Amino acid sequence: MLSVGQLNEGVVLDHISAGKAMDLYRYLKLGDLDCCVAIIKNARSNKLGRKDIIKVECPIEELDLDVLGYIDHTITVNIIKDGEIVEKKVLSLPKKLVNIIRCKNPRCITSIEQELEQVFYLADEENEVYRCRYCEEKYRHKAKHSLY
Amino acid sequence: MRHLMSPLDLSVEELDRILDLANDIEADPGKYAHACEGKKLATLFYEPSTRTRLSFEAAMLNLGGSVLGFSSADSSSAAKGESVADTIRVISCYADIAAMRHPKEGAPLVAALHSRIPVINAGDGGHQHPTQTLTDLLTIRSLKGRLGNITIGLCGDLKFGRTVHSLINALVRYEGVRFILISPEELRIPDYVREDVLRRSGHEFKEVIRLEEALPELDILYMTRVQKERFFNEEDYVRMKDFYILDKAKMKLAGPDMMVLHPLPRVNEISVEVDADPRAAYFRQAQYGVYVRMALILTLLEVKVC
Repeated sequence: MLSVGQLNEGVVLDHISAGKAMDLYRYLKLGDLDCCVAIIKNARSNKLGRKDIIKVECPIEELDLDVLGYIDHTITVNIIKDGEIVEKKVLSLPKKLVNIIRCKNPRCITSIEQELEQVFYLADEENEVYRCRYCEEKYRHKAKHSLY
Repeated sequence: MRHLMSPLDLSVEELDRILDLANDIEADPGKYAHACEGKKLATLFYEPSTRTRLSFEAAMLNLGGSVLGFSSADSSSAAKGESVADTIRVISCYADIAAMRHPKEGAPLVAALHSRIPVINAGDGGHQHPTQTLTDLLTIRSLKGRLGNITIGLCGDLKFGRTVHSLINALVRYEGVRFILISPEELRIPDYVREDVLRRSGHEFKEVIRLEEALPELDILYMTRVQKERFFNEEDYVRMKDFYILDKAKMKLAGPDMMVLHPLPRVNEISVEVDADPRAAYFRQAQYGVYVRMALILTLLEVKVC
């Protein structure tokens, strides 16, 4: 089995669906961080069969958990201190998304005023439906389209 | 400070207060003739809409206030590339209240977020047109004496007609409203209105194609125009535009107290011979539009008249 060095301080994102780690890397803008990032793809998992894992050597505050919650709120977030898991963060669908998805409605004001923040609110938690704050265009979370 | 973006921004109680005020204005307009003296309404119309703009202007003038504004994007700073946010920041220095129509959905909300004065959405694309809904509600309540326990037929373009969607959203808050949705197959009410609003509300509704079938049951018939600009090809529009024509013969099928409403302008869907029928209420509806806008301006400016 491949061995990746132990993390002393940072965050481990576990139970990522196999093949999705690179997407998360982009959405979380991990490439912009000036710290050590390890991506493990296709690790064996009792729960998922195969999974991806990301280890990031940075404080949790530097990660946008809203993005993470939106992309997949079943991901396990472990916070590591002194080599030990000190906290497991439970993710949920964020109530509000700012500049995470983009409104595709050509009639929306954001289509012509591109400096406006792209704001979506969770309109129907059960069906995971978001709506644009401005035009109320519906976005189903499962579709996961139009991510930045 | 409050704005009005959607009819649902107002609770049923707040809505009742505005409609009561509008009825009081109707009963004694003189009492309100100087209520807004020294106040200015800015009409910011980024697309032409003579009817709505003039209704707002008439409302402010009736209250003794004055108006300023523009009636197309070409004659505003938008033509120079100014953002809605910057425009309203500037207009906030010139006026006390603003009514904004914009072809892009959500533009009035952007204005409200950056404004120091109340902003009224006077229509944003196919999204919301709250003062038309207030007009419809005031007309129904004034002519029928109630908003609940009525059977309303909505006829014509139920697919693209935002006034219809908005009115349904507002009426499901009242008990005992029955809806009969009258449209050709191609212009049926969108799924989200049928499922998320009507079915979820538990109100009784049915969909029919023939107007004649619905007429005997109705307290209110709300006619709509098939809008040419919504069609991608002329052929479909021509096929749909004369699908419903309300004429004298059809009016015979309706009860003596049924009222005909229409947000106007009409094209062919109501024959001019119906205008003389006492049940034709669409021109009175336009008058109610002025009263309700007067009531709204007073409410948002927090002007009290004793």
